[in-house]
Amino acid sequence: MTLKTATGSAAALPKTKAGKGLWAWLNKRMPIQEFIAEQLTGYYAPKNFNIWYFFGSLALVVLVLQLVTGIFLTMFYKPGEATAFDSVQFIMREVDWGWLIRYLHSTGASFFFIVVYLHMFRALLYGSYRAPRELLWLIGMAVYLALMAEAFMGYVLPWGNMSFWGAQVIINLFGTIPGIGPELVLWIRGDYGIADATLNRFFSLHVAAMPLVLLLLVMLHLVALRRTGSNNPDGIEIKAKLGADGKPLDGIPFHPYYTVKDFVGIGVMLVVLALVVFFEPTFGGLFLESPNFEPANPVSTPADITPVWYFTPYYAMLRAVPDQRLGALLLLLAVLSFLFLPWLDRSPVKSMRYRGWISRTALAIFVVAFVGLGYLGLQPALPVYVMSARVLAVLYFAFFYLMPIYTRLDPVKPVPERVVYHAH
Amino acid sequence: MRIEVDCPSGRWLLAAALAAVVACAPGRLPAAEQGEGKFGADWDSWQANTSVSDLASVQRGARNYTSYCLGCHSLKYERWSRLGADLRIPPELLEQDLLPPGAKATDYIESAMPPADAETWFGKAPPDLSLMVRARGKDYIYQLLTTFYVDPTRQTGANNLRLPAIAMPDVLSELGGLKAAVYRTESHPGPGGSSISEQVFDHFEQLVPGRMSLAEYDGFVRDTVNFLDYVSEPTQLERRSLGLWVVLFLLVFTWLAWLVKREYWKDIH
Repeated sequence: MTLKTATGSAAALPKTKAGKGLWAWLNKRMPIQEFIAEQLTGYYAPKNFNIWYFFGSLALVVLVLQLVTGIFLTMFYKPGEATAFDSVQFIMREVDWGWLIRYLHSTGASFFFIVVYLHMFRALLYGSYRAPRELLWLIGMAVYLALMAEAFMGYVLPWGNMSFWGAQVIINLFGTIPGIGPELVLWIRGDYGIADATLNRFFSLHVAAMPLVLLLLVMLHLVALRRTGSNNPDGIEIKAKLGADGKPLDGIPFHPYYTVKDFVGIGVMLVVLALVVFFEPTFGGLFLESPNFEPANPVSTPADITPVWYFTPYYAMLRAVPDQRLGALLLLLAVLSFLFLPWLDRSPVKSMRYRGWISRTALAIFVVAFVGLGYLGLQPALPVYVMSARVLAVLYFAFFYLMPIYTRLDPVKPVPERVVYHAH
Repeated sequence: MRIEVDCPSGRWLLAAALAAVVACAPGRLPAAEQGEGKFGADWDSWQANTSVSDLASVQRGARNYTSYCLGCHSLKYERWSRLGADLRIPPELLEQDLLPPGAKATDYIESAMPPADAETWFGKAPPDLSLMVRARGKDYIYQLLTTFYVDPTRQTGANNLRLPAIAMPDVLSELGGLKAAVYRTESHPGPGGSSISEQVFDHFEQLVPGRMSLAEYDGFVRDTVNFLDYVSEPTQLERRSLGLWVVLFLLVFTWLAWLVKREYWKDIH
């Protein structure tokens, strides 16, 4: 079999086994084998990945889980003020395996954020956002933003009382935009209050628009990764040290090595997921909040309106500012600050392994601030909590905006030539 | 197994009867007791301690519910047939003892009281209780049903420690009797050297005994709460028993995946 390029010269493609039958027939018409060779068996990843490198593929697994369970939920869910809440109970009680599908979806939403937060922390830990991976990082942040929108709109769909009041609080944030705010809120809601129109458009966005956006962004994230290759715990570019065969000396083919390894991670995650789904699906009111077992009621506000746990770090910052407009602005800045990281970080080394105590302390403080804000966002707005949130918010922003200073002062260690790997 | 229905009469009529009883009740309540007092004890220690895997308890709860609660509170997401199947009540018994006249087994468990009338009578329609345990917790309902007390200032003659100014009359007083809430006065130092005194709930005083002893009544309430726990998520027993097998399967899968990984990675040095 000879392959020709468009110009008629022999194609410099990976050698395809000629073969016969269906496989050859398919490959003559579509570059399946080339794709596998380029993207899996010929894609070299650093051999020194540690546990932090599971979360990217785990996020992909959760995405598939959400798409599949979501498709089945959509078969029985009925958007609409009068039908939404009842249809969820119909799924939970009368649809065969409906309870399992619904719990997988609701637990999957929280797991999506757990793995994405750990995936992002990995990037902070090993400087994965640094050049040449700035675009990879930016696309990843776009995935995160899209995921937040998707999760928020999905949370409204069961039409419980927290769905209603959560939507009320979040949508009203747009009303703080000077000038167009009130009109914008009206446009988003499609009515003068959170109503049937709001629910139906959120359904449309949640099941069609946002999944398409997410899939596109995730694909772009992977395409960008294929150009730069993965970073690794040592923060060393493996492409800098090539062997005689032109392959990175410290790289190994993604398939089979990381595919078989990722299956172990998938297994562990599914065990944890199953423990939650089958034994504690509400997760103590964190994954499914108890006020949401009461139908939406525009005249009865829940005692405390708290968003689901994955939004609470930002919610705590919103509440920490007395002025709602400034609070909303701070919330926006808190999310967007991640985008600037590649340019804020001036350390000569990427990985925390070779950074000094200043960078390490800064990252530790950031983690404490983020988790602490998440905790405070779940508490009632008592003065002591609000004051603590202010302190933690200052620390949160200090991590980002003092970074150009402290990363330059940080006493770094020499980075080795080759990655550190201990066979086991 | 025998499911007994021992109060087929209109439950809400009890409310009116009760108001009459309260009107005649001896005026021996502390003057300060207006339902404004604070609950002194720790709610967290006031627990239902029930388990939906106790089938007999859930069955008794179903009987209690149809006798004393269903007159006003529907369970609109649960079908009678589902209840019968899950609680292992034979269809004949279900038909004979639990199903309201004219209802089919496949009907949802609806209250006979028209919501519009309920609103006239009580100020608000009694809520559907299908999901109440998931919304408020089983302890909350246990606390609510055990802390009704006589309060002549209320239209229904009854008030509640857990939900002050509750619209619901003390419909279970026939069983649990009538209680008075006894308060004590506690003083705290207030701002500027002043002293703030407040009424704190101390204990209940039994005014009129019910048909049940206190322990029997407590068991009655626990069974009813346990039944509501089951109704709030009928699949929960299946969920837990299936979960065990799923987790075991996934553990074996993970172990095999790890063996495969270890085999492949022997090449990497």
